[in-house]
Amino acid sequence: MLLRDVAAVALGAAVTGASFGAISVGSGLPWWMPVLMSLLIFAGGSQFMAVGVVAAGGSPAAAVLAGLVLNARHLPFGLAVGDVLGNGWLARIVGSHLLIDESTAFAMAQKDPARARAAYWACGVTLFFTWNTGVLVGALAGQAIGDPMTFGLDAAFPAAMLALTLPALKDAATRNAALTGAVIALATTPFLPAGVPVLLALAGLVAFRSTSKKEEPCPSPQS
Amino acid sequence: MPVTAVLILAAGTFAIRIAGPLLRDRVTLPDRVREIISASATVLLLALVAVSALTNGKSFGGWALAAGVVAGGLAAWRKLPFVAVIVLAAATTAGLRFLGVA
Repeated sequence: MLLRDVAAVALGAAVTGASFGAISVGSGLPWWMPVLMSLLIFAGGSQFMAVGVVAAGGSPAAAVLAGLVLNARHLPFGLAVGDVLGNGWLARIVGSHLLIDESTAFAMAQKDPARARAAYWACGVTLFFTWNTGVLVGALAGQAIGDPMTFGLDAAFPAAMLALTLPALKDAATRNAALTGAVIALATTPFLPAGVPVLLALAGLVAFRSTSKKEEPCPSPQS
Repeated sequence: MPVTAVLILAAGTFAIRIAGPLLRDRVTLPDRVREIISASATVLLLALVAVSALTNGKSFGGWALAAGVVAGGLAAWRKLPFVAVIVLAAATTAGLRFLGVA
């Protein structure tokens, strides 16, 4: 069940990775550059961003900065799911490298810590292999790879994230905070660099505090 | 894209990623703070959903994309299997684009 769900996301990641490889090579980079980026950075959004900035004539420093801003959300993700990685230093290091939107969402969607750990690692490891394989294939095949937008794959990622987030949204306080945050992110997207609006969504947590104090007179075990 | 830039972005991203798990070890958090941190991950994920469903760069992402994500969201809400959610979302968007809907 879990593996099938992970496989569905991984398939999308593989095709998106292939398009990243193809786009990078198409913008004039050698084939090994997108492959190196995917292995070491392993954050699709920031990889597309960095290649795009440089292809548009921006400086490498601007590309690095834009990528880091986009990846800043992984810090609160790590705070939220950091305990599922395991205790050894190796698990900590490898697990941190596998900290992506998808592995966070899969872990958050589980009910108990053991399942969360299994989901986190299954998703992280599987996506690491499929994403990097996809990038390698795309970099070698080049422009023969089609545009993933033709297949609607840009809709697959948000839909998958939404499905994984729905269980947490059953909680009224969390839902209010998340909806407020989403509105903030959308309203600021036209004016701010990519990645900043998503971080600003954290201001929606104001709604989490006020509502939960009013609606929960006694502490609830379900969070 | 120089290799140095790739290495700096990779190192910076890893530092951001490992900071959360390490910080979590150092301090024992009160339950209320844990709840807020857990909610913050959900807040960030839903914001990511909203931005990637409705925008492309700094402008509207188009009706085909939005409709696909809505179709997937409805499928998830109606408790359809996860795979069906993804296939429905992608197929709706791809189908609308094939029909000429931007």
